[in-house]
Amino acid sequence: MTPSVPPATDNRPGSGADLLLPVPDDDGAPFWEYAARGELRVQACAGCDALRFPPRPCCPNCRSFAARWQRMSGRGRIWSYVLPHPPLLPAYAEQPGYNAIIVELAEAPRIRLVGNLVTAADAPLNSVDPARLRIGAPVKAVFHTMPGGVTVPRWLLERP
Amino acid sequence: MGPTLKDATAIAGIGQTPFARQLPESEKTLACRAIVAALDDAGISPSEVDAFASYTMEETDEVEIAKAIGAGDLTHFSKVGFGGGGSCATVAHLAAAIATGQASVGVAWRSRKRGSGPRPWKNTQVQLPTPGQWTRPFGLLRPADEIGMLARRYMHEYGATRDHLFNVALACRNRANQNPAAIMYERPLTREMYMTARWISEPLCLFDNCLETDGALACVVVSAERARDCRQRPVYVHSAAQGLPAQHHGMVNYWNDDPLTGPAWAAARHLWKGADLGPQDVDVAQIYDAFTPLIPLSLEGYGFCERGEGAAFTEGGALETGGRLPLNTGGGGLSEAYVHGFNLITEGVKQLRGTSTAQVPDAATCLVTAGEGVPTSALLLRS
Ligand SMILES: [Zn+2]
Repeated sequence: MTPSVPPATDNRPGSGADLLLPVPDDDGAPFWEYAARGELRVQACAGCDALRFPPRPCCPNCRSFAARWQRMSGRGRIWSYVLPHPPLLPAYAEQPGYNAIIVELAEAPRIRLVGNLVTAADAPLNSVDPARLRIGAPVKAVFHTMPGGVTVPRWLLERP
Repeated sequence: MGPTLKDATAIAGIGQTPFARQLPESEKTLACRAIVAALDDAGISPSEVDAFASYTMEETDEVEIAKAIGAGDLTHFSKVGFGGGGSCATVAHLAAAIATGQASVGVAWRSRKRGSGPRPWKNTQVQLPTPGQWTRPFGLLRPADEIGMLARRYMHEYGATRDHLFNVALACRNRANQNPAAIMYERPLTREMYMTARWISEPLCLFDNCLETDGALACVVVSAERARDCRQRPVYVHSAAQGLPAQHHGMVNYWNDDPLTGPAWAAARHLWKGADLGPQDVDVAQIYDAFTPLIPLSLEGYGFCERGEGAAFTEGGALETGGRLPLNTGGGGLSEAYVHGFNLITEGVKQLRGTSTAQVPDAATCLVTAGEGVPTSALLLRS
């Protein structure tokens, strides 16, 4: 029997452990489908062109239910960041010093995405020296396919 | 103008269990003990209770509680969402019900074994699709991480420092040191302890985070007229408000024009509109403190200072006894007990009765707030 929802964690042997996978909802699913193709896209209103994130059924600006997915350049700046320390889920605790960042997108600074700053698309979550993290630092999106088969955007420093 | 809530109802009784990292009794038993104690404090028989209010996260329900304490027929019961954001709204819902004749004796309660129970964020199976899909995979796992993001940005924008957050932690700890019921009674905090503490989510350290506590509390709400015949001095619900601002996203409030303007601002606008008083008239405040940065944000939101000045407000002992705004005088969630902010309500009542362990002389008005950073609520109490 095929499960109708993806597993909440990736616990396949050799995956390096139970990192949480995105659990998409109906509105968010296209974001992950585009990410799997290496495209960073944000939901936009087909009526008034306003970008919105997180995706939702209706435009809060003009109440249109028609939407499209606008491709973004993948460039942005760090808006904020944290360095989580234990107690954490084991898969994250095993990567001490990892960061979680918020990126404001260059074309739409009010659209901000949570992610990780890494040295390469497939590098560990703690591959960047925490001392390199700065609010305002320019970053660019890359795409990493998690061992569970889900592709997520990650971020590299523009000036490593 | 129709009927208003202003001073129409009062808190006539409060009750609580001991607070500890681990209590042997069940949440249901603890809830019953706190409720029976609150009714006894008011001098009202449990059989007169006809209304209940609690949090959606409360796991003891009205059916079980009502039959255990021997309540009468219930004609009003409500639950408020968003965790600690619902604390003050439980009292507000009872006040509204009583002021409009839907009930006459209301009990609000919270019973929680957070100290010995599971950490909610560990259950990855209840990872909500929205907004969990946008945050959890990246290791933004816990409320401390989510608020840490806002704290880092706040520090960046306004020059707030860890010393400002320490001021908050210290004020709460100092009051807990005076409160024998507090978990941190007789356990002083120093600046060195704070500055060398382990990180939880940098920029937040251990002492920026609330306690993990087992315990239960309750309060009894009746009409102002009835309260004047009760055993204790009435503490009037002068004004009350909930707040869920436009385009708010909960604790991950990253996706709007101004993420640092949170639910406190929305609640405050309505709270002061319904009051004869303003921030300058508040003698003592109980401000929700699951995390220290919520205090500067709330000070701004409720109008004690301008935007960006909340951190500076904490300087010079402003939050200590005798300061500009004595804060969390029982020790708060940081140092008395973390029971989703309900102990802030009961401490507000103690201040206005004149029975706090860190009594502000002649306190006549107290602001109590619920969790900032999530859809919230607030009460303005007066004696
Ligand atoms: Zn639109």
